[in-house]
Amino acid sequence: MNFKDIRERFRNKEISAKELTKDSLDKAHKYSNLNAFISTFDEDALKKAEYIDNNFNDYKDLALGGIPIAHKDIFCTKGKRTTCASKMLENFTPPYESTVTSNCHQAGSIMIGKTNMDEFAMGSSNETSFFGPVINPWGESLVPGGSSGGSAASVAADITSLATGTDTGGSIRQPAALCGITGLKPTYGLVSRWGMIAFCSSMDQAGPFARDAFGCAALLDAMASYDAKDSTSAQRDKVKYEDALRGDVGNLKIGILRDIDQLGISEEILKAYENSKTVLEKQGHSFVELDFSELSSGICSYYVIAPAECSSNLARFDGVKYGHRSDSSNISELYLQTRSEGFGEEVRKRILIGTYVLSAGFYDAYYRKAQKVRRMMKSKFDEFFKSVDLVFLPTTLDQAFEMNRTSSDPNRMYKEDLLTIPANLAGLPAISFPNGLANELPIGAQFVGNYFSEDLLLNITHKLQEVTDWHKIKP
Amino acid sequence: MAQDKTLVNGWQPVIGLEVHVQLTTNTKLFSPSRNQFGEEANTLVDLIDLGLPGVLPVLNEGAIKQGIKFGLATNAEIAETMVFDRKNYFYPDLPKGYQITQLHYPIVKNGRVGIEGKEVRIHQAHLEEDAGKSMHDIYDDESVIDLNRSGVPLLEIVSEPDIRSAEEAVKYLKKIHQIVTYLDISDGNMSQGSLRCDANVSIMRPDDKEYGTRAEIKNINSFRFVERAINYEIKRQIKILESGGTVEQETRLYDAIKDETRSMRTKEFANDYRYFPCPDLVPFAISDELKKEVQANMGELPEQKQVRLVETYGLSEYDAGVICADKLTADFYEVVVKDASPKLAAKWIIGDLNALINKNDVNLSDSKITAENFSKLIQKISDNTISGKIAKEVLEEIWESGEDVAKVIEGKGLQQISDEGELEIIVDQIIKDNPSQVAAYKSGKDKLFGFFVGQAMKATQGKANPGLINQILKSKL
Repeated sequence: MNFKDIRERFRNKEISAKELTKDSLDKAHKYSNLNAFISTFDEDALKKAEYIDNNFNDYKDLALGGIPIAHKDIFCTKGKRTTCASKMLENFTPPYESTVTSNCHQAGSIMIGKTNMDEFAMGSSNETSFFGPVINPWGESLVPGGSSGGSAASVAADITSLATGTDTGGSIRQPAALCGITGLKPTYGLVSRWGMIAFCSSMDQAGPFARDAFGCAALLDAMASYDAKDSTSAQRDKVKYEDALRGDVGNLKIGILRDIDQLGISEEILKAYENSKTVLEKQGHSFVELDFSELSSGICSYYVIAPAECSSNLARFDGVKYGHRSDSSNISELYLQTRSEGFGEEVRKRILIGTYVLSAGFYDAYYRKAQKVRRMMKSKFDEFFKSVDLVFLPTTLDQAFEMNRTSSDPNRMYKEDLLTIPANLAGLPAISFPNGLANELPIGAQFVGNYFSEDLLLNITHKLQEVTDWHKIKP
Repeated sequence: MAQDKTLVNGWQPVIGLEVHVQLTTNTKLFSPSRNQFGEEANTLVDLIDLGLPGVLPVLNEGAIKQGIKFGLATNAEIAETMVFDRKNYFYPDLPKGYQITQLHYPIVKNGRVGIEGKEVRIHQAHLEEDAGKSMHDIYDDESVIDLNRSGVPLLEIVSEPDIRSAEEAVKYLKKIHQIVTYLDISDGNMSQGSLRCDANVSIMRPDDKEYGTRAEIKNINSFRFVERAINYEIKRQIKILESGGTVEQETRLYDAIKDETRSMRTKEFANDYRYFPCPDLVPFAISDELKKEVQANMGELPEQKQVRLVETYGLSEYDAGVICADKLTADFYEVVVKDASPKLAAKWIIGDLNALINKNDVNLSDSKITAENFSKLIQKISDNTISGKIAKEVLEEIWESGEDVAKVIEGKGLQQISDEGELEIIVDQIIKDNPSQVAAYKSGKDKLFGFFVGQAMKATQGKANPGLINQILKSKL
């Protein structure tokens, strides 16, 4: 199910929204072994589909009119359970709607369910979910990546043609790469964070998943908006990303890393990367070698700042107002028990790290230094974009890996984010797309662009996808 | 040495105050909920105040203007860019688990205020959100929380340790109260918690180079308690040091009933607030245009008002100063004199009305006296409807009941008797009843005149028009 095709068929009345929705729901249940969904809303989704069919003319021209969609369970949905894959919010039903889901509803999409994820978006394998791990549609013992693993699996398994995700350190791009689909992390501030449960507020950014750049463009058109309710939201003229794909990208200067083979990237991924460069070259683009020896310091900075912010962001889950509450006889016990029971191991670990790096006497050594590295990373990119239009990188070090690797080697898991984290630290947009296959598993590569260059990122990916078929290969 | 007066048993108290002022914005600091005191519990609370997952703060620019106003009024530096930080701690009435405040880049820095010839420096004033209110005494075995106050904007004004006595501390606090009420950025109502303060108190020998270890007394909510708490604390510290002990750095609470301070938590158990810049809010740049706009709408400051009252109403500088000490009183005065004699009104406000306020220890705004009613009282004195003595009675009556002055006078038959005929009959009777005094007066005992006036007042229950009585007595004797 390719987004462009089904939207065409819906618009031509060859298929109804109800049929599309029923098909998505059937698949969601048929592939329940993937554990991609925490909740599905069969009845409401079918009702909405029927309404859309009855009011076809109002919906036929909307960007996502009649299209079933899956939302990551990090977006608050009014009257519908929102868990963030945590026991803490197992029974939490928000009385408000996130801007992202609201925008998608208004663009005519039909939410069939909320997808599984790493608990509070902390993880790169989707194994930290309270609701159990998500299975990669490409192999039942493989992880789909994380934290937006359920959304990536939903698109990869053709359950929905579109899904939303969030990317704090690679949580859209890494699962997109591991599941063989396309995913975009927008510029920080392009998509509102209102109603999106915070992990690391200064980096969290919502973005689209689809098979291809076209689907991502359409979904981003719906998601992106200035929002007065988010003070970090960017106030800019609205760009129509779908239309931007029709234009020519011209001949671009693309930055590539010197010594890319020294970073621990697998041979297969490097090979696919080289192949993509050949295609790009054929399309008239040229390459500029960049010195990015500071790349790996990004991980250290990220794993100080993200836990620091999360330790504060997650303080509200205290058992007093909503969410999980344990039986306790006094307030300290209530805090202690509620938080020990309600949070999983990875979340507790990051809260502890975050509390430590912000505490008196350690702030300068950790948090302040990490912010310095972050600023350095930003100015490094500023410098790159003086001489190049885009930076081209593999998305991950490895292809989809076996489950349970995390517990044996947590540092290896953190290192997995090496190539995705720099864009988050700098707040830059980046798109990951399938660019190869090895060991019968997909491979991903990414473009990192300058601020608010989503149109260019989507367009160059779209142009690549016009001449390659990697995005069409299914598990 | 000028400071000798402030020494206590040879010890020099060193005091700094942190004053928390609730700002009178329409809505809260980071949410659209109404900022209002005294509403039903938890009715002024929205998603943001509840700290629900995924909600975000949006800064209320009204509060920024009020902060700038205070800075301008205290000759302070206004930040070019201010930054909000998170102060992290767990408490049930703090829904997010952190308070949004300003640590390193506050809105106002380096101000100063004068208190009777002395200057107290203001280290900084920063914007922050108030917490909710925990109540432990409503139910037997449960505590409850009211979040109406959660998110109400506060300006925390931190002084340098320039204060040397409890008396000075009260003067400083009154000055701050005066400034914020004149600027109309707070109602300054201490009993409702709109203005409350923490006092940092330490003692040292006058020739010591370094300050002593300080104790912080939290949440004092009246001028009187500030004085008492600080004096108690000074004595406590002297007692410790003079018996060879050491003062511990700690947070203490003032117990007004027992008139003592009590340890709340020692340094060892002090919170580590893990401050860091709040990532949900971008640094806010304060433009020159904004500062100019605020400057243009500053309103009248106490000194300016004092000068104006002297010029407009011919008050003495002293009287104008007393009236302007408190904005409520000054505003009250200006309403009163719309229809009443300015000098007489000033005399009655400074004298009898202030006495009632002090005796009852309340705010003018909390009393039943309205400016319109008080104005009528002054008018009744001016037009001789009642005498000064009766006016006192009426004032006390309207203080208690709030009833209309005219009705009180009428209802109690307190009108002055200015009917010449009626008074003549009374005087005739007095002369008839006191022949020996009349004789003595006529033989030169002038002082006895007062006796006859007294008799006339007695006979009329004080209602006789004094001028008229004098006149009649003089002609008849």
